[in-house]
Amino acid sequence: MKFISIDKNDWTRGIDKSREKYQLFGPVKDENGCLIKKLEPDVQPDMGLHESVMSAKSVVFPQTEKILNASLDESIENHHIMQRAKTDYSPRAVLGIRPYDAKAMELVKLNFDTKDFKDPYWCDAYEATVFVGLGITKPGPFDFSTSVGTGPFCEDGLDVLLADLDDTYLAKILSPKGEAYTAACGFNAIVDEKESQALFDILRKEAEKNIVSQVKIDKLKEKTILELHEADFWDDIAFACINCGTCTYVCPTCWCFDIQDETKQKQATRFRNWDTCMSPLFTRHATGHNPRGTKVQRVRQRFMHKLKYFLDKYDQGIMCVGCGRCVKSCPVNIDIREVCHMMNSYEKQD
Amino acid sequence: MENPYIPYPVRIDDIEIATEDKSLKTFKFVFLNKEDEEKFSYHAGQFAELSIPGIGEIPIGIASSPVEKGFVKFTVFRTGVVTSYLHNMKVGDIMGIRGPLGNWYPWDKLENKNVVIIGGGFAFTTLRSSIIYMLDPGNRSKFKTIDVVYGARSPGMLLYREELFEWEKRSDINMHITVDGTDDPDWQYHKGFVPQIVEQNAPKADEDTYAIICGPPIMIKFTQPSLVKLGYKEHQIIMSLENRMKCGIGMCGRCNIGKELVCKDGPVFTLEQINQTPKEY
Repeated sequence: MKFISIDKNDWTRGIDKSREKYQLFGPVKDENGCLIKKLEPDVQPDMGLHESVMSAKSVVFPQTEKILNASLDESIENHHIMQRAKTDYSPRAVLGIRPYDAKAMELVKLNFDTKDFKDPYWCDAYEATVFVGLGITKPGPFDFSTSVGTGPFCEDGLDVLLADLDDTYLAKILSPKGEAYTAACGFNAIVDEKESQALFDILRKEAEKNIVSQVKIDKLKEKTILELHEADFWDDIAFACINCGTCTYVCPTCWCFDIQDETKQKQATRFRNWDTCMSPLFTRHATGHNPRGTKVQRVRQRFMHKLKYFLDKYDQGIMCVGCGRCVKSCPVNIDIREVCHMMNSYEKQD
Repeated sequence: MENPYIPYPVRIDDIEIATEDKSLKTFKFVFLNKEDEEKFSYHAGQFAELSIPGIGEIPIGIASSPVEKGFVKFTVFRTGVVTSYLHNMKVGDIMGIRGPLGNWYPWDKLENKNVVIIGGGFAFTTLRSSIIYMLDPGNRSKFKTIDVVYGARSPGMLLYREELFEWEKRSDINMHITVDGTDDPDWQYHKGFVPQIVEQNAPKADEDTYAIICGPPIMIKFTQPSLVKLGYKEHQIIMSLENRMKCGIGMCGRCNIGKELVCKDGPVFTLEQINQTPKEY
């Protein structure tokens, strides 16, 4: 594995150079906290280890995106025939993300890139993106990433992993995409592999030691879906929920979406928007019948999807990277770690 | 791989009012491109997204049968934004169809079996597709006895009436048509609800008999005990479910019952499978 040392004095010049070939995204702090945004030419990513409120998912899966359009003008050829909307899928790099946000992309890929269908919008954006993570040296109190198999220096899904060494970044190049990106920045000070890996290991272990919350997920697999679905704790868990959906928007692994049409003059556009299983509209039939019409049913759906359905369907672990964003952002303190514990330790009472 | 969100362009070729209250219409579509018709190769029991640019999409069971060539048919109940718009469209209008989607009734497993088809109200579309498929001269010998129990509120609410009465005359299919009630003195078929007609008329189950049920949730709920009384086991009861859908290809995340997605893993499930999942439909 190749390691590169990047002097922080050269950082800005390097990434500015990469803008010739790449659109850049990265953490930006504003009145809403730290968000991952597209970086305008004069904006630099805020690499100050602020915990981004939102994950990096919007780089690949925008909150709203045009998917199809058609002309409704009957005087022109091909009216009312829908075509793929034109979108720019030129190379882009997202810098300074929390490492496990890239692991989350790998989990979401299981939904969008299947043997039967490929979602071309998600797949094209994913292909076009270089993921540059920044190792977390001071994990926050909500972080339980080590419990779910990721961690503050998780490399899965990343193209480059940076470690902050005060005056320099030590960059571990994890893929050809990452190699190409660092080359485009002009970062080429190769350093000793063995030494660098040892340094990474120390930093990782130090960071992992600072993670205070642990969650057990080992028994989720052996329980049946019906057993957990019918468990007696869902009313208690859902009691305080106001169905705001914040947990689903901040979650790096939540991918549910809605499709809506809009017409402007003679131009029809079909959009895809983030949706949330917390909304009663999400499942309401045209007849008014709603299979998840109550709050408890919806809260249960969210946790069952993440911690049981996904696990059973793909056998690739749970649909959670342990970032703790949903815990931090929940206005009524619903905590996935507690729910996970209740599900994992649940024993049916006869 | 092709973009699964792009519908095939179609032209409305015919519109027929399907019920006396005009709440259902049957739309016949022809593909603008001949090759799209070949790509839209389907089995009885599948559905498709009817796609109106600028308005939206709706998942609807395919009412035409794979043995009917040159067109596809859908019978649509007017209820929401898209279906209301569709009901006001005209012959010649251009729109789209995306599919075929989902799985289908297990035709391989049903070969050399007795098949009982049970439908209620306007959930008879994919069942019509199935009956036409089974009665096709090339297919009829693949199945043993065929029984159909179909009920609606009144005679005028029965779908595909002309075909029903044609089938009634045939000897290779046993029709049990019923209505909840009617004051028509000439009504010569059953009166009563579907579960009761099933119990009185459907064949008793042996291991070579399968039932396919499609209907409103209340009918399904009350028909199950009738079938159990007749000896049907969970794996012999095949059902087609509906849930709210958007993508139809297993991605948008709303139609699940447990880990199964109704759009992609279904809509056809056996009762045995459904009993392993939360009943969120």
